[in-house]
Amino acid sequence: MPKREDIKTILVIGSGPIIIGQAAEFDYAGTQACLALKEEGYRVILVNSNPATIMTDKEIADVVYIEPLTPDFIARIIRKEHPDALLPTLGGQVGLNMAVELDRLGILEENGVELLGTKLDSIKQAEDRDLFRQLMNQMEVPVPDSDIITTMEEAHTFKDRVGYPFIVRPAFTMGGTGGGICYNDADLAEIVANGLKYSPVSQCLVEKSIAGFKEIEYEVMRDSNDNAIVVCNMENIDPVGIHTGDSIVVAPTQTLTDKEHQMLRDVSLGVIRELGIEGGCNVQLALDPDSFDYYIIEVNPRVSRSSALASKATGYPIAKLAAKIAIGMTLDEMINPITGTSYAAFEPALDYVVSKIPRFPFDKFEKGERKLGTQMKATGEVMAIGRTYEESLLKAIRSLEYGVHHLGLPNGDDFELDYINEMIQKQSDERLFYIGEALRRGVSKETIHEWTKIDMFFLKKFEHIIEIEHELKENQGSMDHLKWAKTYGFSDRVIGHRWGMDEKEIFQLRKSNGIMPVYKMVDTCAAEFESETPYFYGTYEFENESIVSDREKIVVLGSGPIRIGQGVEFDYATVHAVWAIQEAGYEAIIINNNPETVSTDFSISDKLYFEPLTHEDVMNVIDLEQPKGVVVQFGGQTAINLADRLERDGVRILGTSLDDLDRAEDRKRFEALLRKIDVPQPLGKTATNEQEALDNAEHIGYPVLVRPSYVLGGRAMEIVYNEDELKNYMRDAVKASPEHPVLIDRYLTGKEIEVDAISDGKNVIIPGIMEHIERAGVHSGDSIAVYPPVTLTNNEINTLKEYTQKLALGLKTVGLINIQFVLSDGEVFVLEVNPRASRTVPFMSKITEIPMANLAMKAILGTDLKETGYPLGLAPFKQGYHVKAPVFSFSKLKNVDITLGPEMKSTGEVMGKDLSLNKALYKGLVASGLEVKDHGTVLMTVADKDKEEAVELAHRLSQCGYRIMATAGTGEALAERQIPYITVNKVSEGQDSLLKWIQNGSVQIVINTMTKGKQVERDGFRIRRESVENGIPCLTSLDTARTLVEVIESMTFNMEKM
Amino acid sequence: MLKEKRYLVLEDGTVYEGYPFGANRASEGELVFNTSMTGVQEVITDLSYTDQIVTFTYPLIGNTGMNIEDSESFSAQARGVVVREACTDPSNFRTTETLDAFLKRHDIPGISGIDTRSITRKLRSGGVMKAVITDETYHEDLIELLQNSTFRTDQVKRASTKTPYISTGPGPRVVLIDYGKKENIVRQLNSYGCDVTVVPHDTTAEEIRQMRPDGVMLSNGPGDPANIPDQIKTVRELLGIPMFGICMGHQLFGLACGARTYKMKFGHRGSNHPVKNLSNGKIEITSQNHGFSIDPDTLEGTSLEVTHLALNDGTVEGLRHTEYPAFSVQYHPEAGAGPHDPGYLFNEFIELMNQKEANHA
Repeated sequence: MPKREDIKTILVIGSGPIIIGQAAEFDYAGTQACLALKEEGYRVILVNSNPATIMTDKEIADVVYIEPLTPDFIARIIRKEHPDALLPTLGGQVGLNMAVELDRLGILEENGVELLGTKLDSIKQAEDRDLFRQLMNQMEVPVPDSDIITTMEEAHTFKDRVGYPFIVRPAFTMGGTGGGICYNDADLAEIVANGLKYSPVSQCLVEKSIAGFKEIEYEVMRDSNDNAIVVCNMENIDPVGIHTGDSIVVAPTQTLTDKEHQMLRDVSLGVIRELGIEGGCNVQLALDPDSFDYYIIEVNPRVSRSSALASKATGYPIAKLAAKIAIGMTLDEMINPITGTSYAAFEPALDYVVSKIPRFPFDKFEKGERKLGTQMKATGEVMAIGRTYEESLLKAIRSLEYGVHHLGLPNGDDFELDYINEMIQKQSDERLFYIGEALRRGVSKETIHEWTKIDMFFLKKFEHIIEIEHELKENQGSMDHLKWAKTYGFSDRVIGHRWGMDEKEIFQLRKSNGIMPVYKMVDTCAAEFESETPYFYGTYEFENESIVSDREKIVVLGSGPIRIGQGVEFDYATVHAVWAIQEAGYEAIIINNNPETVSTDFSISDKLYFEPLTHEDVMNVIDLEQPKGVVVQFGGQTAINLADRLERDGVRILGTSLDDLDRAEDRKRFEALLRKIDVPQPLGKTATNEQEALDNAEHIGYPVLVRPSYVLGGRAMEIVYNEDELKNYMRDAVKASPEHPVLIDRYLTGKEIEVDAISDGKNVIIPGIMEHIERAGVHSGDSIAVYPPVTLTNNEINTLKEYTQKLALGLKTVGLINIQFVLSDGEVFVLEVNPRASRTVPFMSKITEIPMANLAMKAILGTDLKETGYPLGLAPFKQGYHVKAPVFSFSKLKNVDITLGPEMKSTGEVMGKDLSLNKALYKGLVASGLEVKDHGTVLMTVADKDKEEAVELAHRLSQCGYRIMATAGTGEALAERQIPYITVNKVSEGQDSLLKWIQNGSVQIVINTMTKGKQVERDGFRIRRESVENGIPCLTSLDTARTLVEVIESMTFNMEKM
Repeated sequence: MLKEKRYLVLEDGTVYEGYPFGANRASEGELVFNTSMTGVQEVITDLSYTDQIVTFTYPLIGNTGMNIEDSESFSAQARGVVVREACTDPSNFRTTETLDAFLKRHDIPGISGIDTRSITRKLRSGGVMKAVITDETYHEDLIELLQNSTFRTDQVKRASTKTPYISTGPGPRVVLIDYGKKENIVRQLNSYGCDVTVVPHDTTAEEIRQMRPDGVMLSNGPGDPANIPDQIKTVRELLGIPMFGICMGHQLFGLACGARTYKMKFGHRGSNHPVKNLSNGKIEITSQNHGFSIDPDTLEGTSLEVTHLALNDGTVEGLRHTEYPAFSVQYHPEAGAGPHDPGYLFNEFIELMNQKEANHA
């Protein structure tokens, strides 16, 4: 059926900030959808609160709103823009929930907005556990024995009927928030209570556990003419019981016969037909490994993380076609964009194996609970393609950037076997690697199967990897063995390890023996039809299909999996760099391994190599393509980390030189530079042992900021206030040595300022300056940032501008540079300089309309910034206020302390913009998920050093009509100022403690500042966690609290007695 | 590590080095590729692959091993099997033996470690070609031999049952003419209640009419349908009895009604082929295995109308007789391996037989 002509303007709702369970995949889906709708001639209005996305670029939609995703704000947009229709199924669960809510509130009807794609009734039927179960029963599709409960009593009744273990899944939540498996009464009490709390409709599905069944997913599509197809099926290596987002997944399924596949295919298509899905849909099934028994687990009536993976795994662009289905087109009239010759109504055939491995944040959250279950914990994922299973798995492993390079742990030999076995049975995030260690030590795969229920097929593959290790060891120098190992995905580094050689020697050995990878095309059709898709993966085989063009080429290294500290912002910069390269007339080649992203959409670059971002894999591509140079400054730390060795191997790194990158990171060299250009920094020293640290700290004066010199990104960074704390830090947190000194800096409690700039080596463009709400000491990624700065004097702004120019030129920056300053007692100090793309590039680009990544790339390619038409120096400040607020995923990560500090903890960000600062802040806070109310109860427990400031805030809150709850200590300070408060017991004071008030919903805001030490047993930790578990905002910085108070004040009328 | 070597030598002179599995002997055949990601057992035991060496485009083959239920005939039928990797440790609850053991048992050689994608690309551009799987290390003579060899034309005779047999059911009586049938056609007919009599390919129309069938099913089979003119004649003589043709049965039905067939460049072999049903405009995903096809230009003047078309290349995928109760499809509605989307065609066949019954009554 042709597209609909009766609608002209379509509203698309994005998915908001990156959080666990909802990452870059929706930027990919949303971007594809907007472009697809524009391609068909519709006017597209996009709303999303996340500025770090490609979809919020003006090139992607006709009209872009970066506003909080709440019914209130979207309703305003609807009233202003009068869209004819709304496309709800491409913005993840957030976008979908928003559409449901807008419909419920009557806003859609009132404004004559039609919902496109899958009908709301179908969505409800798929998402509401009870309705879904009824439908399945009607269709005689088996579902595990389950019940819908809305109270604890009902949970007990269910338990009495089916017994333990059973699974709890809260309704209408994403990533399984609040869910879990109950094995006993204690679990029941905790998990069910949580689930009811997190479900917006206070409803949970409780379900007999079928842990141990194979977990199989079908990505399916259906159009309005009832054509239905399977795009891809996938097998979770981890059986049912671990959230699919946290599972290691292989595509296509490996252990299903055609009978089983067709049976599950029939069920999946039958269900989406019955539901009336129009677009993409994900069906999760559980299959008994010992019979044809199966259960349907759930259906996601929208594009999802799995559909992004399926799109990249097959080449079939699900979101793009789903958008076109929504406007009435059918699969048989749309050309398969990847072949360009066949139609979209078909089922992709793969001729390779795809592995996906989740990326967990436990390198940042060492104390987090690492046991996996139904609550998703991964922040991102990697994908790898190979012609053998082993190859795809090992390529995926080395894409993770955990420090693991192979099927095992780097320090694997250090562990006792008992510990390894325990870790396998514990179902932790590192289970795969422990399995490798166990197999290496001779634990049988049968035993591991007993423990894990992982299919023997996969365990045999793991064992095969270990066998190849042994064969390599026994056949030193054998080219046949080298080649054999390469076909199974072994890296040069791993082979070298077995042969007592280094990576480079193996590379040379390979090269001189002609053992080089070939690149095969991902074409959806197993080569049956000719395709011209420039989407490749490397493998060791006979025929290379990646034809090298005679154009000049630039290779851009992507940023790998989404993780804390390296989010979708870097994909944004990567994509813009690619576009700039193309504008400049070069062929742009991307290497990346993250299936969720826009950069790995084959239509973005001239050539996409879906490969691990390791030296070896990147060098192989470079060896084939012979590019003019490689760009590393847009791909975050991932790409930067590769630069040094690439250059040593003769690859030209474009932009700021490595030597200058090093000058910014090497403390001594950086100090020398600062002296030369006369820019001050806080007093600092290095120490190689405890005594030296104490002496230096004494000299600098407490508090001091301490961190190891060899870890980047704020890890293990702490602020210590006295000698005892420093001693603890030196003993517990770091191992200082002459090679790895500890850096000790004066901690200035001033205002933190962040500046992004672009330089071509001669000229500098400074798009803007941001002021942080939280004082220095809170990681910049976790701070609320405001543009333009509000409290700075003209003098200070001029100084910042001058320092920025000096630093950019002093470091001979060609490309982007990000600088953190601290303003202390009217003096500006430089804290840190990163001559590369930063997290704030998309934020600043969007506000100032200066396309930073584009200009930076142009500068790298030799364009004089003077010729770009953008003013040099500091750009005039834009009207209005723009706030960047961090978003955290603490509710999904048990045992993680939420206190803000020098280590970054947020997973995403939102933007709030308006004409006044308080309105912008309000939007920022609301968009980040905080409910700002003009009255309520605030619970305050603060450290002694913070009492004075806290009392001031309490006073102001009290004036607004807030009730204050405080523990005795804080209360005394309140009493002194005659601020009314309610006394509550400390945690240590037993049962009737303040935790009760948090749990029973009496408190709306918690303000808690940390006393000292990092002991998780402390009361403060329990208060903070309890707040998170109960969905109550907990502010750990008084600066954030003050901002909230100001916003509340601005919303409240002044009520003074006469 | 696998050490022994085996070679796949192509008519065009290309030699692939790989590793042996299955039977230890040389084997020659027409090299074709199949894009299914499942159903290896079904494909290898499908009589339509008689005299063909089948290359699987999916790289990991035999992961679920072989079982006693999923074969489409009593033996392995392909002349050889070419794979990237043959699984040595299959895993599925029904597995009874490995692919290697199965092929050894049926004396069919296989070769693994092959860049099967490059073969597919070669066949895609150059068309199907002759090939030999061999352990010989000298290939010049083999290439010449391949270039000069001609295909046999007696595949149907070899593939068909030699004697009639019955697979009973309570419903309509169907005579299934066996040109090299897939077992799943019998299973499907039985599942619809049909009482099935399987008869050899050379059973005459007279003999079949004497069985007083409610319907005649023309099975799939290997080779060029134009090689069996007698069978075409038989089909023509049977028109009037409700008739359903599948794959080669479809081609014979077309030929019997005056259409012609041609050899395709590399055919359709896989489980993902979209077909448009012209009666309702809907797409069905089908399992296909054919190297010959009905030439649409020869339909003019016949009493045939096209009911189904391949979405991608417009190949005739379904025909119906405008006067007689007879229809056919080029693809495999019986699945095994492949999707069940076109299963409704069996209903239509049953319907046709019931109508005929009603008309007689």
